[in-house]
Amino acid sequence: MIEFDGVGKQYPGGHEALRGLSFRVDPGELVFLTGHSGAGKSTLLRLIPLLERPSRGQIVLNGINLARLARRRIPYLRRRVGMIFQDHRLLYDRTVYANVALPLVIAGTPAADIGRRVRAALDKVGLLHRETAYPVTLSGGEQQRVGIARAVVTRPPILLADEPTGNLDPELSEEIMGLFEAFNRVGVTVLIASHDLGLIQRLGHRYLRLSEGRLVGDTLNDGAGG
Amino acid sequence: MARGRQQRSSRTRRSAPGGGRLRAWGADHARAAIGALGRLSRSRVASGMTAGVLGVALALPAAFLLALDNLERHASGWDDGAQISLFLQEETSPDEQQGLAEEILQRPEVQRTRTVTPEQALAEFRELSEMDDAVAMLDDNPLPPLVVVYPEPGTPAGAVEALTRELGRKPAVARARLDLEWVQRLQAIMELSRRIAWLVAVLLALAVVMVVGNTIRLAIENRREEIVVTKLIGGTDAFIRRPFLYEGAWYGLLGGVLAVILVEGGRLVLSGPLERLAELYRTGPLLTGLGLDGILLVWLAGVGLGLCGSWVAVGRHLAAIEPR
Repeated sequence: MIEFDGVGKQYPGGHEALRGLSFRVDPGELVFLTGHSGAGKSTLLRLIPLLERPSRGQIVLNGINLARLARRRIPYLRRRVGMIFQDHRLLYDRTVYANVALPLVIAGTPAADIGRRVRAALDKVGLLHRETAYPVTLSGGEQQRVGIARAVVTRPPILLADEPTGNLDPELSEEIMGLFEAFNRVGVTVLIASHDLGLIQRLGHRYLRLSEGRLVGDTLNDGAGG
Repeated sequence: MARGRQQRSSRTRRSAPGGGRLRAWGADHARAAIGALGRLSRSRVASGMTAGVLGVALALPAAFLLALDNLERHASGWDDGAQISLFLQEETSPDEQQGLAEEILQRPEVQRTRTVTPEQALAEFRELSEMDDAVAMLDDNPLPPLVVVYPEPGTPAGAVEALTRELGRKPAVARARLDLEWVQRLQAIMELSRRIAWLVAVLLALAVVMVVGNTIRLAIENRREEIVVTKLIGGTDAFIRRPFLYEGAWYGLLGGVLAVILVEGGRLVLSGPLERLAELYRTGPLLTGLGLDGILLVWLAGVGLGLCGSWVAVGRHLAAIEPR
């Protein structure tokens, strides 16, 4: 599903965020990405929906070599990759409903289907009763769940999450991770960056460890820690 | 499992009927158009002022060109009245005069001719000048026999001049005069005015493009976060561009509507004195309005220039906003 082959990313000015990164995530896997801040987790995630292009190496996503993807095709790639951010990236002048509906509107979904699918997504994250609320009136955990609903409403085969529990307390964090596991159980490939190694080990999934832009560990965690 | 998911989704995409695609596309445009109008109406004062600037900028050239059109219409009435006066030798007999008139009438560029005998001319002069006493003092009639030649309307000025020269060479003709020079001068002045009007129109059109461009640039800045998020979740450039283009088009249309109101309102203000003038000169209505064609043209110009301005702004500023 996701294949990195010798991927490097160097920023103008010489800072090397990623060096010689090679790994593979199979369809239907849930994989964590861990390491200290500045280890390159975010950069790695940003390369997948082509928010940035790698300086070296190649990335193959679902059989598509991203280096050969034309600029004008990028939006269609992003529609197949659900993204979740630590700072939610919601539109604060619109209701929860409008935020979650946005990907469907962009994809040209018939108006008759939008309501049904938005409510299904909100139901999955447990926020069906808040659809008319504005994001500022929600707690951090609830806002994150709106972000997740927005990412899954188009049913993308891949979900990427960058520190989705960064600002949440442990209890809420586990709740959010539980949601990702639920999506994974129905076949979605999930890649989550998180510095919370304790939580990751407790959940018991495969995790990749990054340090200074290099892959330093690929652990198949059978959940013995939890 | 993931593969199965994908196949399912691609199947639904393929089976989507073309009509549904088209309807979704239409709905997208409608949403962008209505959304842009909604944003305009929410900031009523600011968008009103922008539309006002556009209205004035569109009204000025429209009014100028309309005035010229009116002037030209009247001038062309005078132009059709171009006539060649052939003053004949004094000793020419009425029969000879009539014969000459009929001979000239055979020419294709001549519409009709009129003969005026010295007696008729004197009578006409008496009537018009009301100088009976002065005329009575004359020993004999000083007026020569006259043949007035009316060229076919629409004959080019050069051809009329050539005809005048040729008729002037006839032995019976003492002098040939063409009453055209002042019409030509007027036409030259109007041609110059028309050029100036278009020059001003082009400059003001440029101003409209820049005003709309700047307004749209601000709108883009204000909605930066929305644009970033839309790009993040797969909005195409066309999708992001659309509401801004509609916003520019709405501004142009509002400016056009305002311009028509200004021009027609101005005409209404001038109509009182103008009617009096028309009465005095016994002409038809002096100032006709824009008419449906003119109004549509002003609106079209507004929308076109608005689109142009927003296109420039969108092209320059949207590409610079990328997700970080």
